[in-house]
This record gives sequence, C-alpha cells and structure tokens, in this order.
Amino acid sequence: MSAKLRRRAVLALPWLWTVLFFFLPLALVVKISLATSQLSVPPYSDFFARTNGAVTGIRANLDNYGLLFSDALYVKAYLSSVKIAAISTVLALLLGYPMAYGIAHAAPTRRPLLLVLVTLPFWTSFLVRIYAWMGILRPGGTINTALQALGLIDEPLRLLNTPGAVYLGIVYAYLPFMVLPLYARLEKQDPALLEAAADLGARPWQAFLRVTLPLSLPGVLAGCLLVFIPAVGEFVIPELMGGPDTLMIGRVLWNEFFTNHDWPLSAAVTVLLLIVLVVPVALFQTVQARAEKRL
Amino acid sequence: MSALVRIEAVSKRFGAVTAVDDVSLDVRENEFLALLGASGCGKTTLLRMIAGLETPDSGKILIGDEDMTAAPPYARPVNMMFQSYALFPHMSVEENVAFGLKQDGLRGAELSARVREALAAVEMEGLGPRKPHQLSGGQRQRVALARCLAKRPRVLLLDEPLAALDKHLRERTQLELTALRARLGITFIVVTHDQSEAMAMADRVAVMEAGRILQVAGPREVYERPANQAVARFFGDINLWRMEGGRIPELGVAVPMAPAGSMAAVRPERISIARGNGALSGVVRDVVYLGTATTYFVQVSAGETVRVLAPGGVMFQRGEGVSLSWPPEALAVLPP
Amino acid sequence: MNRHRISFTTAALGAGLAFLYAPLLVVMVNSFNASRLVTVWTGFSPRWYGELFADRQILDAALNSLIVAVCSASLAVVVGTTAGYVFARFGYFRGRAALSGALAAPLVLPDVIAGLSLLLMFVALEQTFTWLPGRGLLTIVLAHASFTTAYVAIIVQARLAGMDREAEESAADLGAKPFAVFRAITLPMIRPAVAAGWLLAFVLSLDDLVIASFVSGPQSTTLPMVVFSSVRLGVSPKINALATILIVVTLALLSVAAWMGRATLKQK
Repeated sequence: MSAKLRRRAVLALPWLWTVLFFFLPLALVVKISLATSQLSVPPYSDFFARTNGAVTGIRANLDNYGLLFSDALYVKAYLSSVKIAAISTVLALLLGYPMAYGIAHAAPTRRPLLLVLVTLPFWTSFLVRIYAWMGILRPGGTINTALQALGLIDEPLRLLNTPGAVYLGIVYAYLPFMVLPLYARLEKQDPALLEAAADLGARPWQAFLRVTLPLSLPGVLAGCLLVFIPAVGEFVIPELMGGPDTLMIGRVLWNEFFTNHDWPLSAAVTVLLLIVLVVPVALFQTVQARAEKRL
Repeated sequence: MSALVRIEAVSKRFGAVTAVDDVSLDVRENEFLALLGASGCGKTTLLRMIAGLETPDSGKILIGDEDMTAAPPYARPVNMMFQSYALFPHMSVEENVAFGLKQDGLRGAELSARVREALAAVEMEGLGPRKPHQLSGGQRQRVALARCLAKRPRVLLLDEPLAALDKHLRERTQLELTALRARLGITFIVVTHDQSEAMAMADRVAVMEAGRILQVAGPREVYERPANQAVARFFGDINLWRMEGGRIPELGVAVPMAPAGSMAAVRPERISIARGNGALSGVVRDVVYLGTATTYFVQVSAGETVRVLAPGGVMFQRGEGVSLSWPPEALAVLPP
Repeated sequence: MNRHRISFTTAALGAGLAFLYAPLLVVMVNSFNASRLVTVWTGFSPRWYGELFADRQILDAALNSLIVAVCSASLAVVVGTTAGYVFARFGYFRGRAALSGALAAPLVLPDVIAGLSLLLMFVALEQTFTWLPGRGLLTIVLAHASFTTAYVAIIVQARLAGMDREAEESAADLGAKPFAVFRAITLPMIRPAVAAGWLLAFVLSLDDLVIASFVSGPQSTTLPMVVFSSVRLGVSPKINALATILIVVTLALLSVAAWMGRATLKQK
C-alpha cells in the first residue's frame, strides 16, 4: 500500500466519524426545523411533498422560526439563558482566578496534589453534585436546619429553586473548567517577571495588574468560554435548582421535546441556540488554535 | 561504479525555506564522509533524505546503483543513529537491538546470536536486560550504535553522534568509531557541526552552507586549500586579504598573479614571527596567551592587522617590532 | 506585604476547595442518617444501603450504565486515538481545521444540542436503512462515544506532541513498516494517555443524563435517568446512599489510575 493511500485510509476513520456524528446530525436538525409537527412516526412532516411516491414539491417552511420570534417566551428564554450563563461565568472567574493563582504560586511539590483536589469533583457524577446542593439548600436542608437550630431564623429560607441557586449550581459544576486553563497560563509565567517588576519598583498589586493579569488573559478567555458555552444550554441545573420561573433555553427545548413531543420546534430551538453560540465557539476555536501553535 | 550513495541534484524545501538546494554528492564504498556545517545548513535534512525520512522535492538518490528516491525508510539498506539516540524507552537493550532484526524476520537462535554479536562489537555484552533509562549517556550511544550495526547496513548514517557526550567521552568515542569502521568496512556518513570532529574522523569532508555543498575534499585540503572564503572561515581563524594585480595592497607585499577580486588566505599558524625587520614588518599590538600557543596581533606598516599563532609561550611583548613571513604554499588564493 | 498577598490566595484556595468538597461530604454523611426525613440526624444506620440494593430498577439501570460506559469508552478510545494520531503526526491535510473543529465541538456544545441532533440522526438511519430500530443501549453507546472521542483525541494528541518523533523514525529506519511502527513503538509509548482517555470516557458516559435521555429507547434506562426522575421529586435517603457509592467508586477508580500512572512514570 502506498504512503498516500495509507494516509487516506487512516484519515477515513475520523472523517467518517465526524460526518456521521456531527455534520449529518446538525444537517438533520436544520432540515427537521423546517418541518411541521404531526402525529406520525417520526412525528414530523416529510421534507418533500409527494404524490404516489414521486416528489412533487417542497413542504419545508419557516413557521417554527416565526413562532420562536413571535412568542415572547422563547425570546425571553434565550436572553435569560445568556444572562444567567454570563453572570455565572463572571462568578466562576472571580472564584477560580485566585484558586488558579494560589495553585500556580504554591510550592512545585504541592501543585499536583492541589490540581488533583480541584479536578477530583469533576470526575464524580454531575448529577450527584447537583443533588448534593439540593440537600443543602432545600427548606429542610443542611443550611436551614443549622440556622433554625441556632435560632437565627424561624421559618426556613427559600434557598433552593431561586436564581441564586442556579448561579451557584453552574459555578459549582463548571469551576474546574475555569481553574484549569487559568492555571495552565499562570503556571507558564516566568517568576522572574514578577521579580523584575518588583525590582523596577512595582508593588505586588501593581505587578499583578500590569504583568500577571495581562499575560493570563488568554487563559481567562479560554476559561470563560469553557464555562459560558455549556452553561447557556444547561438543562439539569435550572431544572433541579431553579424555580418554575427560571427560564433557560435548555429547559424549553427539553419540554418541547419530551412533554409536547414537538420535534420540529425543538429542532428550531436548537438551531437558534447554535446560532447564539457560533460566536463564542468560534472564539474558543481560535484561542485553542493559537495555544496549539505556541506549543 | 564506485559510488555507493549517489545524490543527484537533490533539493528540499520546507515552506519558504530551501533546506537543501540542488546538491550532488557521491559517497564511495567503505568511505567515512562527514557532512559539516553550522546548524540550519541542511546537513541533517540531507542525511534524513538518504535514510528516507524525508522525500526530496527534486533530484535523485541512488544507493548501490538502485534508485531509492521514493523508497520508504524501512526498505533501504541504510541505518541511522539519531542525535537523541531514539532508544525505545519501553524495551530493554536486547529488545532494542533485536527490533530491526525481527523486522527482517529473524527469530530464535539466529536472532540472539546477531544481538550478542552487535552488543559485543560495542562492548555492551553484559547490559542486555537493562532498560535505556538505566544506562549512562555513553552506554546509550553504544546501544544505539549496536542497534544499527546489528542490521549490517551498507551505509551507516550518524546524526551528530558525539554531540550528547561530554568532552572526555567524545574523544574516546571518536577513536572507537574510526576503529569500528576500519574493522567492519561499512560506509559511514556523519553529520556534525564540529570541524575538529570532522577532520579527525573523516576521509572526506563535505562543507555545507545554506543548503549547498561548498567543497568536498580530504580534511587537509579543505583546511589548507579551501575552495572559497566561506569554507576558509569555517575552519577556524584565517587572515584574508584582497589581491590586486600581483600585490596585496593592504600589506604591501608581492604575491602571484590572480584574477581580479581574488582573495589571499593565510592561516595564522603558518606565519612565522621574528624580531627585527623583513619583507613584512610591523608592531605587536595585542598578545593573547593560550597555553600551548600564543596569538599575536601585528599591525604592519600599511596599517592592516595580521593574526599570527606561534607555538609556545609569550616571546614578543606589546609594542615590539617584528617581521612576518610565510612559505609560498601557505598562501591560498580564493575566488572572489 | 508579600505575605499578605500569599495569605489571601491561600485563603481563596482553601475556600474554593471547601466549596467543592463540602456538599459531597454532606451527602455522604447524610446517607448514614437513620431518619427518613433527612432533616435531623437521628442516628447512624446503613439501612438506606440495604434498600438501595433491593431496588431492582436502580440495579438494572446501573448495569445498563456500566455496559454502555465500557462499550462507549472502548469505541471512543479506538476512534479518539486514531484522531489524536492524525492531528499530531499527519501535519497539514485538506480539511484539517474543519475536522478538528467538528471533533472538538462536543467538548463545549451543550448536551441538549448533541442529544437532539443525534436522536434525529438515529431516527433518520432507522427510516432510511432500518438500522438501529427502536433505539436502545447501542444508540446510547454510539452517542456517548461520539462526544467522548474528543476527550481521548485531545489527551492522545497532547501526549504525542510531547513525544520525540525520533523513536518512530528510528523504528522505520530499522525496517519496521508503518503499522508495525505504530504497534511496537507509538502505542506502547502513548499507553498511559490511552488509558487516561478510556477512564475519562468511561466516567463521562456513566455520568451523562441529557444525551442518553434523548437517544435511549423505552427499554433502556441508565442510572442517571433513574436518579434524575427520583431527584426531581425531591431528596431521598436512598439516593444519598447511591450518591455516596458513586463518589467512593469514582475516588477508588481514580486512585488506581493515579497509582498506575505513577508506576509507569517511575518506569520511565
């Protein structure tokens, strides 16, 4: 077998894989978002109009998209998803940056252990971690019980099923994704830079603001995108920790699909969600590509 | 035909960089050839093309009269010792040496005999079961060598074989490599950036710069009769002067006639220095004591400074008047 | 002044770690609470573990999850290793950016998108070729492998990128054909990365609720699906026990992996 042929054969596997499990599914989502929901198996209309099996026209339409833009619920859900994801991302950054900084500046022998400690919860079940918070926040949960026992409150506080609980859940679930890229960036920084800054008269906070922080910005961007992108489409956290009024697009999609069995509308919701995410995902790809080049 | 490896007008580009530029070179049977040049001159790329690890953009490579230009590395009768040695970390010394033989289908007693033979050739018999990380740098180099030799290649390619060794070990290994070559009768092609290494080991030296071969000749010839200024400068210090109509104007001395723009080159150690006046007189401006020799910078009356290397300790002081001379054959005439 | 800054970051680190671990500890402690109400500690009792192991639905779902995780991780390792190798060793090829983008997209794309789009693909395959009728564990395996492949590919690619190419070239020079080079040199050298990739794929598959919910058939319920429907109704002591087991099993698995990784590091 010639070298060229062998190369092609090896390349065929990942290509086939991505066509089957990425490009084709996405194309189908777009196609079915143009169909109409109906009682059949599968529950959507044919892309083509057929008479006696022969294709006589196209039945695709934009009705689903029209609905998404005319019904305030959907627009609000998209906006609120972006808002919740953005706030959670900022919170995760505020908590994650000092952690990453702390690990990067810890003794080199202790860094691996600290990194393991940060990533370990990520390996335990996502559902279990969300469930754990439910147990802590709910009316009869750990916090309320403790506060009542201390006599600080009489009635249990409403902690679970609030927007705050959703932020908390997202920050908790995605914190490692923020810490790891930040750490990777901060750890690579030459400690001599800070010493040079100090030598040149910079106070520690000045050195941080003018040396450490600017140099870590690619890590900040990568971390923020790694939290923001999946958070926008999050379903489990708003479903379990949010209130009935916590509107997120992942939840809307889930309900359209599982409760209303409206596949075409779900597909349209997905297409719009993808469009919302195109910019951040493209940004993420460029950050990744640049990091790869620098290696 | 006596050329075992024949390189015909080979070029190789990496993006915008031309690594090897229209190189032709014949390597004879049983020869020790050194490819010498600064880093980035294309010598390693040329070696990798002989090994089949890179494919030339144009030109041909023949090994034993067979066109091997497009042959994959595993189908060539050459073996390469990598600069990093590239020992397989997960295999023992024996397994490393046996690897290439197994690819040829050798098994059982014959395989172990050949492995033993190769390890014996580099005096590593006892270390077969060790893993590469348990070996010293010198031992690793020997295993890498044994791994190549076990295949009994027609040509052995060595990429900076001594670069990773310390100075003491380098000299000994240099001698061992020459002895090994004499004993086995294999053709060696060595890539090196160290001119003394090339001079000490090679039958012929091919000096490379910017992807081209500047000169191919015996060590003595490239040193004493460099083909051009670049080669002359590559081999240590040299005095270079412009020639004009049978004279060197900067020194005010007569020399043989040469084409316009030619340069005269004289090695500092070929210049004799003496007290008093002569055909070329001057004043010592600087003295650098080197231990076994002393370098004098002598300013001649025409104003030019001449570099002179004299054996022994400091014989002349700064400010002293001296006369310089050299035998006629010490002067090489270089093209412009 | 230096000390002040360091104490701030140490405090932040400590608080962050406490934030990460406290909830898990609370669950583990509560799983041994005798009270059904999970409100007040009434005494130590392992009774919820007993009830958990008597629950056929949970046990069946757990078995399903294990089968899916093992199969999908193994599949992901094959495809992901190939992809990682392609990206680390093939240099430029046409469509490289598109392929790597498509392969890496599942790392960040929300699960709901992957879930719905994969379901529509499986339905289309069923409609067109009558493949995978009715959907079941096999569709979950494929769907999980489709996103865990990216993780394996990234780990393998990083390992290969950090690895000297000369060992592979040397093997070719010594007469090994490309596949032999891969089997005898490349694969043993990237084995830790492949193992780590498998483990990550296994854990991610075990953990997935959303994608499995979309692509599973009516007969194939995985553990997260059971847990989710139970948790939706509220906190239950049985789920505390299950969560504790999951945490402990994950930690044990990771310790073994870390220990193995250390052993291979030492060997190097």
